[in-house]
Amino acid sequence: MAFNYDQYLRVDKMPTLWCWGCGDGVILKSFIRAIDKLGINKDDMCLVSGIGCSGRFSSYVDMNTVHTTHGRTIAFATGIKLANPDKYVVCVAGDGDALAIGGNHTIHGCRRNIDMTLILINNFIYGLTNSQTSPTTPRGFWTVSQKAGNIDPTFDACKLAEAAGASFIARETVNSPKKMEKVIVEALKHKGFSFVEINSNCHINLGRKNKMQSAMANLDWIDSITVSKKKWDTLSPDEQENLLPTGILKQDTEALEYCAMYEEVKKAQQGQRGLITQDDFEKKI
Amino acid sequence: MAKEFELNEVEVWDGNYAASQALRQAQIDVVAAYPITPSTPIVEGYGAYVANGYVDGEFVMVESEHGAMSGCVGAAAAGGRVATATSSQGFALMVEVLYQASGMRLPIVLTVANRALAAPLNVRGDHSDMYLGRDSGWIQLDAFDAQEAYDMTLCAFKIGEHLDVRLPVMVHQDGFTTSHKAQNVYPLQDSVAYKFIGDYVPVDDMLDFSRPVTHGAQTEEDWHYEHKAKQHKALMDSRTVIDEVFADFKKLTGREYKRVESYMMEDAEVALVLLGSSVETAVLAAKQLREEEGIKVGIVSPRCFRPFPYDLVREALDVPSLKAVCCLDKSAPGGAMGALFNEVSAAAYSTKARPMMTNYIYGLGGRDFAVDEAKRIIREQKAHADAGHITTDIQQFSGLRGPKLGFFQTRRG
Repeated sequence: MAFNYDQYLRVDKMPTLWCWGCGDGVILKSFIRAIDKLGINKDDMCLVSGIGCSGRFSSYVDMNTVHTTHGRTIAFATGIKLANPDKYVVCVAGDGDALAIGGNHTIHGCRRNIDMTLILINNFIYGLTNSQTSPTTPRGFWTVSQKAGNIDPTFDACKLAEAAGASFIARETVNSPKKMEKVIVEALKHKGFSFVEINSNCHINLGRKNKMQSAMANLDWIDSITVSKKKWDTLSPDEQENLLPTGILKQDTEALEYCAMYEEVKKAQQGQRGLITQDDFEKKI
Repeated sequence: MAKEFELNEVEVWDGNYAASQALRQAQIDVVAAYPITPSTPIVEGYGAYVANGYVDGEFVMVESEHGAMSGCVGAAAAGGRVATATSSQGFALMVEVLYQASGMRLPIVLTVANRALAAPLNVRGDHSDMYLGRDSGWIQLDAFDAQEAYDMTLCAFKIGEHLDVRLPVMVHQDGFTTSHKAQNVYPLQDSVAYKFIGDYVPVDDMLDFSRPVTHGAQTEEDWHYEHKAKQHKALMDSRTVIDEVFADFKKLTGREYKRVESYMMEDAEVALVLLGSSVETAVLAAKQLREEEGIKVGIVSPRCFRPFPYDLVREALDVPSLKAVCCLDKSAPGGAMGALFNEVSAAAYSTKARPMMTNYIYGLGGRDFAVDEAKRIIREQKAHADAGHITTDIQQFSGLRGPKLGFFQTRRG
C-alpha cells in the first residue's frame, strides 16, 4: 500500500502554492517519511518557518506550526525549544531566509548548539520574489537584481555552520529523496543543532535565464555540482573547488547541547549546585 | 553618461513601474535594496535600467531591509543622491534606520507600496506600514494612482533635497490596487524631469575631505532636545517648500497637487476623509449620491500625511454647512481611534462649524472597499446630520464579517 502522506498534512491546504516540478514537495515528503520512520507523535513536534517559498511548510504540515517573519525562524524556534526542551523543534528556511536576512540567527543557533533541526532549502535564488541574487547564487548567473551577471561571492552554508559550531551538518539534494530522508532521520535523532542543507531546484526563477528552464535541467545542474562525501574525500583540492560534498559532513555527539546546559543554570539558581565556572567546560575559550 | 530612455507622450504603467521610471530619471547615485512584495518591481525595474545603461549610479542588493536603509544612510552621508523601495515587514525592519536618516537630515527618497503588517501574514494592501512611519521624522506623500506615484516621486527629490528642508521623503502608493494596476501615465522626457529635480547638492558630506564632519554623534540631555526640536521645525517648515514644488510642477505639467485635496466641499453637509486609492472610490460614490439622492457630500484627502496639514485640513473643513465628518483609517488602530480621526478631529475642533466626528476602520489586509460601502457610510453621516447627533458608535469597522463591531457613544443628543 502506498505511503499515506495525508495523515501529516493539512489536506484542505492542498494543492500547494509551489510551482510544478518544485523540489519543495520532494523535501516535504522526505521530511514526512522521516518523522513516520522515527514514529514521532506529530503533537510532540513544532515546525517553524519564515518567509519565502519554504515558509509554506508551516501551512502544509499538520502539527504545531509557527509562520514567523523573514529570517527570524531560528530566533523564534530558540524560544520555543527553551520553553519545551522535551519537544522536537524543526526550522525550515530558504537560502535568503537563513543566510541573508536571518544569517545572524543561523550563526548563533549553531554557536549555542541548541537541539533543533534546521532544514535549509537552498535553491540558489530568491524564488518567491522572482529571481534576486541570494547569498548562494553562483557568480556569473543572471538574476533580476544583477542582470549583467552576478558578481557576489557565495556562501558554503555547511562550512559556515561548521565554523559557527553546529554539531550535526549534512547536505543532500532533491535528486536523492531516499538519502535525504535518511539524513533527516539522523538529524532529528541528533541532540544538538542539526544543520541540513538541501540543494533544491527553482527552474522557474533560477533556471529561466540560466539555461535550466525545466526541472530536469536544473536537477542535472545540481547533480553536476554535488558529489558524495566519500568520493569528495578522494579528490584533490583543485578537483574539490567547484563541487559540494553531500551526506553527513559532521556529527559530534559529545558537543554540549544548550538546553542540557541550561538545566545546570536552573540547578545553580536553585542552589542545587555551585555557580557554573570554567571547570565545567573542557573547551575554555 | 546614461542613455536616454525613449518615452511616449502616454505610457501604460502600473504604480511600481511609474515609481521606478521616476527613480531612473532622478539619476540616483546609490540604490540599496532588498526584495519584498508588492514593491519588488520598483527596484527590479531599476536593476534593469542599470544593466541596460540607463543609469550611471550604483545598485546594490543587500542582505535585508535593515541593511538596505543602512546602506542608503551611508551613501547619503557620503554625499550621494539616494533612494530605495520597500513594503510592510521590510518597512518595519527599516524603522530603526528611518530615524537615523531623518535625524541626520539626509534627503533619501523611499518609495513604499503599502501593505499590511503580520501577524497574520498578509501581502495585500493597507496603510499599516505608512502609519508605522508617521513619527519617524520623514515627509510622507501619498499617491492615489500610478500617475501620482510618478509625479510624487519626482517631487519628493525636489522637496527633500531643498536646502531649507534636507529631510528624507517617503512616497506611498497602495499595494496592488495602485502598485500593480496599469493605467495611462503621462511621463516627462528624461531631460525635462531631471531639470525639474535639479543637480544634487551635497551638504556636510563625508567625502569632502577638506572639511571633516561627523554624522549622528551622541547627544544626551545636553543637546538632544534642541536637535529634535530643530528637526521638527524643519519638518513643519517644509510645508512651504512642498507648496512651492507643487506649484512648479503645475507650471511644468499642468497637473495640480495640494497638500490636502478636497472635492465638492464648498456646500458640503457631510464629508469623508481618507487616503490612497480609496479616494477615487469615495469621490465616485459622492458624485453619485449628490445626483441620485441629493446628499451634499464632499471628500477630503490629505496628500501630505507628514507634516500633517493641520492648516489646510482645517481650511477644508471650515464650511458653515458641514455637520458630520467620517474619517476612514486603513490601519488597525491598536487600542485607539484611527490616526486620521485623531489628526482631523483636532483640526476640525478649531473650525466654526465643529462637525460631528466619527471613525471607520476599513480595508485591512486588502479587504475591498467598494462604491456601495462608501455610499452606505455617507448615508450614515447624513443620518447623523439629520438627527443632530451621532446615531451609531463613534468608531466602527466597515465590511467586517461576523457581529458588528463598534466603540464609544456620543454624549450629545
